[in-house]
Amino acid sequence: MATVLGVPLPAILGQLTLGLVNGSFYALLSLGLAVIFGLLGIVNFAHGAFYMLGAFAAYIGLQAFGVNYWFALILAPLAVGLLGVLIERLFLRHLYRLDPLYGLLLTFGIALIAEGIMRDRFGASGKSYPVPESLRGVFDLGFMVLPIYRAWVVAASLGVCGMTWFLIERTRLGAMLRAATENARLVQAFGINVPLLVMGTYGGGVALAALAGVLAAPVVQVSPLMGSSLVIVVFAVVVIGGMGSIVGAIVSGLSLGLIEGLTKVIYPEASNIVVFIIMAVVLMWRPAGLFGREH
Amino acid sequence: MAGSTDIRARAAVYVVLGILALTAPLLGVYPVFLMKLVCYAMFACAFNLLLGYTKMLSFGHAAYFGSAGYITGWLVAVHGWGTIEGILAGVAASLLLGFLIGAIAVRRQGIYFAMITLALAQLVFFICLQADFTGGENGLQGIPRGSIFGLIGLGRDDTMYYFVLAVFTAVYVFVQRIVRSPFGHVLQAIRENEPRAVSLGYKVARYKLLAFVLSAGISGLAGSLKALTLGFATLSDVNQGTSGEVILMTLLGGSGTFLGPVVGASVVVTLQEYLSDHVGAWVSVIIGAIFVVCVMIFRRGFVGEIAWLFARSGSRLRRTPE
Repeated sequence: MATVLGVPLPAILGQLTLGLVNGSFYALLSLGLAVIFGLLGIVNFAHGAFYMLGAFAAYIGLQAFGVNYWFALILAPLAVGLLGVLIERLFLRHLYRLDPLYGLLLTFGIALIAEGIMRDRFGASGKSYPVPESLRGVFDLGFMVLPIYRAWVVAASLGVCGMTWFLIERTRLGAMLRAATENARLVQAFGINVPLLVMGTYGGGVALAALAGVLAAPVVQVSPLMGSSLVIVVFAVVVIGGMGSIVGAIVSGLSLGLIEGLTKVIYPEASNIVVFIIMAVVLMWRPAGLFGREH
Repeated sequence: MAGSTDIRARAAVYVVLGILALTAPLLGVYPVFLMKLVCYAMFACAFNLLLGYTKMLSFGHAAYFGSAGYITGWLVAVHGWGTIEGILAGVAASLLLGFLIGAIAVRRQGIYFAMITLALAQLVFFICLQADFTGGENGLQGIPRGSIFGLIGLGRDDTMYYFVLAVFTAVYVFVQRIVRSPFGHVLQAIRENEPRAVSLGYKVARYKLLAFVLSAGISGLAGSLKALTLGFATLSDVNQGTSGEVILMTLLGGSGTFLGPVVGASVVVTLQEYLSDHVGAWVSVIIGAIFVVCVMIFRRGFVGEIAWLFARSGSRLRRTPE
């Protein structure tokens, strides 16, 4: 059997695909975070909580109403996105004039509330969500076996990232959004409903997090705290990539997932800190992040 | 004059608080609870030095609080160090850690600073989780309180309480001295308008780093004392939850006021003490809700609101934390 650095090749490839799966989640989450930050100027600490809520929405949908995976993929982001819209209306809207730190603190509080409620209802232990039947089994590629679900997660995330990129960079709606990011008051003066745009953007970013949660449900345990440490890794990803760059968010999300997977093979003890170490190194070398520009 | 009544009112508050603090164990308040409260108050004062006077929101202050507790506990329990030496070593460790993390974090401002401190604190958390000397998931147990240079034993709860209280008082005065020193005034200039401070020729990054290191060191002192008081050091002290709590304490009491963090710490520690037995997971919901209320309608905090009301009725113009 072929080995690299004494590790069998299939093990490496297995960890790399797992890393790619995690990287897809990082990409989806940091994309939403970047879009929200771009327009609202708020770092959404509740992003991990919305990811968790997305996974729970799928789980509850299946258990209580028999909603299957494919419907959950649409319904869960919609439901959680609506919750996001509500939060924007009730709370965030009143903070835009203030220091952005308040938005961070508010969303931190919202994350605590969401996690506490779910822990009270469902306990701290993980729930498993079945892989949908049509995505079970593996592809045998000859040099490795690739579980179909993992391939699906990566493909679906890349597809959604691509569509989001297209929406923002190539459509009229995206043009308005980018213009509002540059100068909201001027865009408003042109008769565009900026508050509505802001609300929709927050809802959309939150829905992306929930979508990542549904995609993750069959590969990780669904638990109230599944998002709380993930959001910190995603923050590090965003700091590395530089906020405000969509392509940067996607590229750095995927590549950091890969690096994490690789670290699991070479030096497992460091696998959950490697992203933070890379962040520290990047900051020393390029404080604005790899794709970022200094404001 | 408004100024002299102001000073008199302040003196009265301190006298009342001092008497309360000194007599609380005699009045039957559980001393371990009091010590915990004083340790968190010290932690919040350290945090306030950053958030309140320099407007740097560190989202990872548990790293200094918790790791100093581990270092002190490990040296005292495993290597038989004396209490004071153990505390000093814990403080030294947190100063060093504060320097390493601060040097990276002060390269960015505002929310980036918050995210970076959070991420690097998570790095510290994972190191504590995996290192041998911390006892991993179990934490360090059975840390003896020892004595002050073999002269005064700290085993009794009330002796330990007065020791912790004395250290806290010294720290409180020290923080006031820092804020009122020329150095502290530069920090406040940075808080008000960083670009202007830069253009006036101040090496802003150095000032911020020094403030960060000082704050980390005091946080470490609080963490060491807490580990000695309770006799154990656990992962929850280096966890992001603890970082969030100290933010809440400072915010709730009033950031940028001297007494605010003390008031905030008292409220939060008392809440946790009484709630955790009764409501389980709802503690986190209640803490989260307090965060939301603080940010939405109570941004000055308790002490800040009172000071603001005083200022409005008096003639002095005070800064509002908007």
